[in-house]
Amino acid sequence: MSTEQLPEHPEFLWRNPEPKSSYDAVIVGGGGHGLATAYYLAKNHGMTNIAVLEKGWLAGGNMARNTTIIRSNYLWDESAAIYEHALKLWEILPEELEYDFLFSQRGVMNLAHTLGDVRESIRRVGANKLNGVDAEWLDPQQIKELCPILNINDNIRYPVMGATYQPRAGIAKHDHVAWAFARKCDELGVDIIQNCEVTGFLKDGNRVTGVKTNQGTIHTEKVGLCAAGHSSVLAEMAGFKLPIQSHPLQALVSELHEPVHPTVVMSNHVHVYVSQAHKGELVMGAGVDSYNGYGQRGSFHVIEHQMAAAVELFPIFARAHVLRTWGGIVDTTLDASPIVGTTPVENMFVNCGWGTGGFKGTPAAGLTFAHTMATGTPHKLNKPFALERFETGALIDEHGAAAVAH
Amino acid sequence: MLLIPCPNCGSRDETEFHYGGQAHVPYPENPNDLSDVEWAEFLFYRENTKGIFAERWLHSTGCRQWFNMLRDTVTYDIQAVYPMGTPRPDVSVPAAAESGTASTDAESTTTGTSAPSISASSIAPAATPASTTAPKGATK
Repeated sequence: MSTEQLPEHPEFLWRNPEPKSSYDAVIVGGGGHGLATAYYLAKNHGMTNIAVLEKGWLAGGNMARNTTIIRSNYLWDESAAIYEHALKLWEILPEELEYDFLFSQRGVMNLAHTLGDVRESIRRVGANKLNGVDAEWLDPQQIKELCPILNINDNIRYPVMGATYQPRAGIAKHDHVAWAFARKCDELGVDIIQNCEVTGFLKDGNRVTGVKTNQGTIHTEKVGLCAAGHSSVLAEMAGFKLPIQSHPLQALVSELHEPVHPTVVMSNHVHVYVSQAHKGELVMGAGVDSYNGYGQRGSFHVIEHQMAAAVELFPIFARAHVLRTWGGIVDTTLDASPIVGTTPVENMFVNCGWGTGGFKGTPAAGLTFAHTMATGTPHKLNKPFALERFETGALIDEHGAAAVAH
Repeated sequence: MLLIPCPNCGSRDETEFHYGGQAHVPYPENPNDLSDVEWAEFLFYRENTKGIFAERWLHSTGCRQWFNMLRDTVTYDIQAVYPMGTPRPDVSVPAAAESGTASTDAESTTTGTSAPSISASSIAPAATPASTTAPKGATK
C-alpha cells in the first residue's frame, strides 16, 4: 500500500472575508458538499458572487468525521449513475484542483456472510457491470490473496463466503479534499465565511430573498442548503419539512501501524468497515445509533459490536489500541438515498439525505446541485433524487448497498 | 449508552430496548380519503426535533411493553417516561434539576440513574399501570 508523504500545504488556502450585504447565491454549509457546489457554480456556471456560510469551522462537521471511503457499487441505476459520475470526477480532481489529496484506488470489498448476502452481492455485481461500474465477485481464496490479514476460516459465527470487489474504489484524505475545494473556490472569488450560523430566512411571499445569520442579514436571490444532519432544522426555519431523521454515526481510529491492510473491507452483515489511512491508523466505522440525536458522539455498545466484528474478521487487530472515537450526525431517509433538488420554497434548493455515505458522492453532489441552483431545474443525474419521490412512490431503495444499516 | 427508565422494570441499558421513532403519530382516520401528498406525510415525514423529542421505546428484552419517553436529542437527557396513549407531559421545568435524574454532564455517555427518572408530570407506574392499548387516534 501507499506510504507516500502527506502533501505539503500550499502557502495560501483561503481568505476569511466579512460577509457582504448581498450575493447572487448563498450556500449554507461549508462541508464537502457545500464547497463542491460553490466550486462548480463558479467553474461551470460563472457564478462567482457567492458565499458559503459555515456555522463552525470549514469542513468541521461530517467532512471531518467520515471514514473517507469512495466507491460506486450501488444497486439501482439512479444511484450507480450518480456515484459512478462522482468516482470519475474523483479520478480527475487532484489534477483539476491542483492539490494532491491522496486519492488512493486500492479497491473496496463488500463481504458476504450468509447465502442471502451471497445472492444479493452477486446480483449487485451483475447490476454494476450492466451500469459500467467495475465489479467482480471474489471467492474466499481470492479475498485472502488480496487481503491476507482477513480471517476466512469457516469456524467463526459468520464465515466469509465471498465478496464483491470494486478495484477502482478506495479512499482519499478527506481534510485535504475540503481544503482543495476551498482553495479553488477562493481563487474563483467565492467568499467562505466561517463561524456564521444561519438563524432564519427572509422571504417575499414564498420566495426566499435572504438569510439571517449571527453575522448579520445577507440578501440573496438563491439559497442552497448543504447542511447534512441539520438540514431539517434549516428547512423548518424556512417553513417546510424534510423526510429526514438525524442519527449519530460514529467511527474510530487505532494508533499508527505499519502497513498491514492493503484495501478497504466492508461488511454489512457483521457491520464493520476498515481501511488503513496513509499515515497508518486503522480507520473503522460502525452503525448508527438507533435513536434520533444531534450529539456528535455515539453509544458505546455500538463500538463494542463493531470491534467484536473487526477482531473476528481481522485477528491481527486484537492488540491494536483505539486512539480516538468520534461521531457525526447523518441525515437518513427512508429509502437510504439522498434528496437533491428544489423545495417548496421558491429559489431555495436542498442537497441532503446522503446519510451515511455522503463523502463518496461529494463531487457529483456539488456538480449536479450547482446545475440545479444555477438553472432552477434538475440535472439528469439528480432528477430521480427529488423530494417529490416520496409522493410519487418512485423510491430508490438502497438499504442493501448503503453499507450502514439505518 | 442510555440508561432508560422502563416504567415497568426500572432502569436498564439501552441495549435492552428497541427504538420506535416519533410518538403521537395517529393512523389516518379515513385512509381512503388521503391524497398522495397526505400519504407521503403520514408514511415518510416525522419530526426531527433538535431538543426535547417525544418518542416510543419497546423494552424488547424485558417486559416487552411499549412506552413513550421525552428525551433531549442534543444532551440525551431523559425528561419523562409515560404510557402509550396518554398526552405528552409538560416538562417546561427541567427534570434534570432534581436529584437522581438524568445526567447533564457533557462528557457522560450515560443518562439517568438506577432509579427511573420520571418527572412529576409523568405517570408513575405503580399508580397507573402502563397501558399498551392505544386510544382512538393514536398509534402504538
